[in-house]
Amino acid sequence: MKILSWIKSFRKKFGLAASIAAAFWILSFIICMLADFVAPYPYELQDMQLGLSAPSLDHILGTDMMGRDMLSRLLYGGRISFLVGILATAVSIFIGVFYGMLSGMAGGKTDSAMMRIVDVIYSLPFTIFVILLTMAFGRSIWLIFVAIGAVEWLTMARIARAMTLGLKTSQFVEASRAAGQSAAGIIIKHILPNLAPSVIVCAALTIPGVMMLEAFLSFLGLGVQAPLPSLGSLIKDGAEYMEDAPWLLVFPAAFFSALLYSINLIGEKLTDKKK
Amino acid sequence: MIRFLLRRICEAVPVFFLIITAVFFMTRFVPGGPFDSEKSVPPETLEALNSYYGLDEPLPAQYAKFLKNLARGELGPSYKYHGWSVNELICEKAQVSLSLGVCALVFAIAFGLAAGVAAAAFKDRPFGKTLGAVSLAGICLPSMIVAPLAILLFAIKLKCFNAMGWNFAKDAVLPAITLGLFYSAWIARLARASVAEEMSKGYVRTARAKGLGGAKIYSVHVLRNAIQPVISYLGPAAAGLLTGSFVVETIFQIPGLGRFFISSALDNDYTMIMGCVILYAAFILLFNLVSDLALAAVNPKIAKGFFKK
Repeated sequence: MKILSWIKSFRKKFGLAASIAAAFWILSFIICMLADFVAPYPYELQDMQLGLSAPSLDHILGTDMMGRDMLSRLLYGGRISFLVGILATAVSIFIGVFYGMLSGMAGGKTDSAMMRIVDVIYSLPFTIFVILLTMAFGRSIWLIFVAIGAVEWLTMARIARAMTLGLKTSQFVEASRAAGQSAAGIIIKHILPNLAPSVIVCAALTIPGVMMLEAFLSFLGLGVQAPLPSLGSLIKDGAEYMEDAPWLLVFPAAFFSALLYSINLIGEKLTDKKK
Repeated sequence: MIRFLLRRICEAVPVFFLIITAVFFMTRFVPGGPFDSEKSVPPETLEALNSYYGLDEPLPAQYAKFLKNLARGELGPSYKYHGWSVNELICEKAQVSLSLGVCALVFAIAFGLAAGVAAAAFKDRPFGKTLGAVSLAGICLPSMIVAPLAILLFAIKLKCFNAMGWNFAKDAVLPAITLGLFYSAWIARLARASVAEEMSKGYVRTARAKGLGGAKIYSVHVLRNAIQPVISYLGPAAAGLLTGSFVVETIFQIPGLGRFFISSALDNDYTMIMGCVILYAAFILLFNLVSDLALAAVNPKIAKGFFKK
């Protein structure tokens, strides 16, 4: 019953709406990760005789042009979106915190040079960069992580740097330095733990951005390799058949937006709480 | 202020060259050339094509030539659209994207600011809470979802707009709103958060105590401070909007520049990639400059604090 009390305290702290959002996000995550066991059909199983069919008892969310079960494709697509959202965010947080902290700790000329680099990368046209990356290294899901992570770390780097600059001059860090703590020790013992709350908030706000980027890449046809679906490619395919088969567009679009909304809501509540 | 401006410009120029240099070499390191996809080209023809366009020269020589032509404002012929120069292509397509982008930008700013300020003003009432929730929903609806749904609803079901095309002034309505919606939601959220924060500050209480009315407090005191995050967001946002959106232009079949950003990179159309990148980089640096200047105009501390370092 520990979980129950945990849920209660979460609700007390963040309110009902955020609790529902968190529950929805976590449940969707678990179901999508278990897609192999939960999905009623394999995602690539075609039923050419059936073709495009509206939602029915056999296929709750209908089937696409090739008679593939929409619910199953939605679950597998969701799995990709979750994977990309969480892993690419992790990559970007890792790079951003490391880079920002280093820049802040170094200070002076090194700091301003490192931040200049961030400014330059900010103004690079991202889409062209990603397309060139995929053309150079071929399409793979790992490349998507790297490409998205390589873009999204910039904001985190700025935040981490600004906070490190503040923490560096605070009294407890000075005291620790006076007591003979090494620079590495200061980073591990004092800077990192104090960055953690901001990092968590930033992660919650980065995940929806990353999921949207993945959807955008899938829209360009640069996402995961078909027949494996992602929510982005499902929306794109759905848009093509929306006149005859609106369910192909509406279900993935609704699921995707609901996921984004719930994680954004959690991020907003976390930001409010931090203030 | 003038020194602030000059310094910002001096900083922007090297960044511009860094960006175009980086992209120039990145495009060349990607395997494959612009003529690979053309069917059944004999090796001799390919060689002749490459030497005609100077692609067989060493990279540094190509780069020097590119810079020399750039100084004259000449971007060379497109490798994919034969008979078109990159200058002509960009001029023609950018007009479409620009007019669409301006509509979307005006919509985003007007709608976003109004919604954001209203949401903050009625923060504790159902109206304000609804606005807050709606603007949160707005940033969860990428244009790839809004665009087809808008077509389905307004063009196919209600038949009040054309589904696609770019022939009449009316054709701009749906794409401009679709494109601007996401940005207006962001602006609304930024404005809401910063207005709400400013409203809780001491100077607002003083103004109230002085007997100033609600409208006056907003227009004279609060907005000036609260607008700052919106201004810094608008710099990159304007650059993105005005150079065209791939998704919206593809779904609504609009002959704008957004599609070329993607197709030129996919086709290895070197000169066209560079043209797009130059335009994008120029826009983003220009609008960052404009938003910095606007920030300095709203908050003189920024221009002054800049020199204390």
